[in-house]
Amino acid sequence: MATSAEHGHGSHLAHHFESPQQQLAAGKLGMWIFLVTEVLFFSGLFVAYAVYRSAHPEMFADAHRYLSTTLGALNTIVLLLSSLTMAWAVRCAQLNQQRGLLICLGVTLACAGMFLGVKAVEYSAKWQEGLLWAGAFSPHEGAAHVSLISAPLFILSIPALLLVVVGAGGLAAARAWKWKQASATSATLLATGIAFCLGAVLATGVSSLKAHPTAGNQQPTAQHAGDEQATARRSETENPAGSSINYTGINYTGVFFSIYYAMTGVHALHILGGMAVIAWLIWTAAGGRYGAEYFNPVDYVGLYWHLVDVVWIYLFPLLYLIH
Amino acid sequence: MANQHATPEGNHLTHVVSTRTLLGVFAGLIVLTVVTVLAAGMASGAWEVWISMGIASAKAFLVAAYFMHLRYDNPFHTLLLVSALAFVFLFLGLTLADADAYQPAIDAYLKRQP
Repeated sequence: MATSAEHGHGSHLAHHFESPQQQLAAGKLGMWIFLVTEVLFFSGLFVAYAVYRSAHPEMFADAHRYLSTTLGALNTIVLLLSSLTMAWAVRCAQLNQQRGLLICLGVTLACAGMFLGVKAVEYSAKWQEGLLWAGAFSPHEGAAHVSLISAPLFILSIPALLLVVVGAGGLAAARAWKWKQASATSATLLATGIAFCLGAVLATGVSSLKAHPTAGNQQPTAQHAGDEQATARRSETENPAGSSINYTGINYTGVFFSIYYAMTGVHALHILGGMAVIAWLIWTAAGGRYGAEYFNPVDYVGLYWHLVDVVWIYLFPLLYLIH
Repeated sequence: MANQHATPEGNHLTHVVSTRTLLGVFAGLIVLTVVTVLAAGMASGAWEVWISMGIASAKAFLVAAYFMHLRYDNPFHTLLLVSALAFVFLFLGLTLADADAYQPAIDAYLKRQP
């Protein structure tokens, strides 16, 4: 402790580091090594996808009709915006812009909430349509109607509704007690819960405007509605020299959805983890911990958040843009 | 105060990315997203997946180079990322080659089923 005082360093320099430069370099190196393990972790899912797509290309083309490109593109833009504000938050911390730092982190967290709101509508609509993983995959006809009032969507929205309640209550209490740090944090939690609901409303609106946007110009709904024998017969007539579906009539679309849920689910878990850490950043930033001399945690969390964004950049065309 | 080293546009510990660069990269990412949706609309058969992966890689490059500071950073971090990607390609390539090698046998077996 004495040495850091002698060197004129702030209290942020851990005693085992020589200088803030060394501390930052070591932290970033550690973060990049973690990101390398994340890349390799996600690569397992991407390899499963590639093997299955190369073996059953026709089932991937079939499955894409169940996914809304509009919602995927909307979520891509929301996540790109959150990446921009995260990078901007790092800049604000480096330049000691306390207000900008809080605003940027708040927008990043709210965008993450909105992303999950859109995702919740997608998941709950698929649940209602029977578009589940292999083994439970049984699409029903006419279930394409997407509604805000649905049990699965309500269940998925419970954490966001709790966030609204906790955020609003915390904000009221913190303002009454004039506790700035708590009121800034509660306000962002409230905004994040509201952003989730906004995303859900927006996604529901988009889906009801054009449920299954591409279904019309491909096959009548009855034919891709999961009757396995019909699918097999259709493939035989359309594609006599084609691949495995011709011989057995097995509907592999459920396997596509297994991969879909594994990839988007693991990605969504990373978003949730990132949101927890960003909420902690907001709490500490509101307490004035970061500035030009010590912005390290903001920088590290930013690196993680951008990696999660990059994973989505690849997931979007692989899952939503197959034709 | 620990924060006394901040100057309006600089930081003595690290390079600060300008708002112009941040917004420019964001605009590029949005344009590329629109391009990939439009390109997928004009279905191009077997090339489709390569085109969309190419566009996604351009977006990933922008994020890594600017948002993740790799362009201004210690090059060792870039080396770490590139070596991870090299192993991803090994993993992907060898697994696909293996799966493809067995596919004719699977097809022949399935063909024999009633």
